[in-house]
Amino acid sequence: MSPSATHRAIDAVWRIESARLIAGLARIVRDVAVAEDLAQDALVAALEQWPVSGIPDTPGAWLMATAKRRGIDALRRRVTLERKRELIGRELEILQRLDQPDLAAQVEDVQDEVLRLIFMTCHPVLSVEARVALTLRLLGGLSTPEIARAFLVSEGTVAQRIVRAKRTLAEARVPFEAPARDELTERVSVVLEVIYLVFNEGYAASAGEHWVRPALCADALRLGRILAALLPREPEVHGLLALMELQASRLRARVGRTGSRCCWPIRTARAGTICSCSVAWPGCGGPRSSTARWDHTRCRPRSPPATRGLGASRQPTGRGSWRSTTGWRRSPAPQWWSSTARWR
Amino acid sequence: MRFMVLVPGSPESEAGEMPRTEALGAMTKYNEELVKAGVMLAGEGLHPTSRGAKIRFDGRERTVIDGPFTEAKELVAGYWVWECSSREEAIEWLKRAPFDGGVEIELRQIFEAEDFGEQLTPELREANARLREQAAQN
Repeated sequence: MSPSATHRAIDAVWRIESARLIAGLARIVRDVAVAEDLAQDALVAALEQWPVSGIPDTPGAWLMATAKRRGIDALRRRVTLERKRELIGRELEILQRLDQPDLAAQVEDVQDEVLRLIFMTCHPVLSVEARVALTLRLLGGLSTPEIARAFLVSEGTVAQRIVRAKRTLAEARVPFEAPARDELTERVSVVLEVIYLVFNEGYAASAGEHWVRPALCADALRLGRILAALLPREPEVHGLLALMELQASRLRARVGRTGSRCCWPIRTARAGTICSCSVAWPGCGGPRSSTARWDHTRCRPRSPPATRGLGASRQPTGRGSWRSTTGWRRSPAPQWWSSTARWR
Repeated sequence: MRFMVLVPGSPESEAGEMPRTEALGAMTKYNEELVKAGVMLAGEGLHPTSRGAKIRFDGRERTVIDGPFTEAKELVAGYWVWECSSREEAIEWLKRAPFDGGVEIELRQIFEAEDFGEQLTPELREANARLREQAAQN
């Protein structure tokens, strides 16, 4: 494999493994910033070693083992240097946890940790900009330059946002935990807001060379699918996924050479319909599933004619579609919608 | 970008033998990983070719050939549709699939509408779009 091919393969591994790696490490060291540093150290080691040694059979386990080894080395150095008793007590505890040999299990069984990580990067103590940057970086596997390019801001700005976000999380002593049942709906709503903001930035981008930036939409869809798989019983998650799938189905039309807006790839249109039907059960009335319900009317023969075949799927922009939908539901404009101001 | 992964048939799949619980368990675990990573869009297994048919097109003539067909390894027994950020990512995912015994699994990139270029005229695009919209409602 040529060096550039190896680097592309390492990029692919990183995209697959980074969220699980960081989440698994955060569970051990109880600090997202430290976890990300260790994960980055492991990535650097991979970039140095894999071009020579080849990509290991289980790259995720390799990265986890390397990150843990770096963590142990760093902690041992600090424990030797700093002889403060309580610090040593806490760090020895982390050292012990890092030293546990059960690597494979820890790499594989981290889905709950990934969910915790999502709730952490989308924590309400962070600014909206910080949530977006941190989520793309820690869960989307995007580098700082990639995020900066996607949002047309400087690398320094993104780096600053990420550093400040991590500091804020540490200062607020945000625990690495999923929210309690009674605040779950509210916290899920914040996560969905972040995902839709990323999607909308890709979809309705008004600046830059391209009108839409499909890669950003794809990142948001992927995050939406991950969340739907981790929280299958949250109708609002499926509602948002359905909305994004439907809107993404028109992406190609918007960037097509002819300027035609009518091109609907069948898979996303169908996925949107399937998703929306799966959430159209009684008792779910959130803003996102209302869109899905609207869409569901297209599947039912007895819907009022005025609602059939109108709305989101035919509106030219994502924003209009959302309003038309909530209007049909006769519900007030959802709060989270108005808060999804442009990111910049 | 989307990819299709084509799983070839085997004498066992052509005989209609169901995979063992162990194999089903490993495949379920793999599928779960794909879903939880937001990669898997679809994936199904296909019945043996004895339950299928081929239709030969020759001028106006249509000849129906009933299965089974020969050369099991050239037949498709199952497929996935994935959405990945690159070919390398799709390859990395496929390397993790629970297959063994020298079987070769094929990875193909799926065409998107813009790949057809000028051949797909605005009229054809519109006609296709309408059909797809109808199909999505079925």
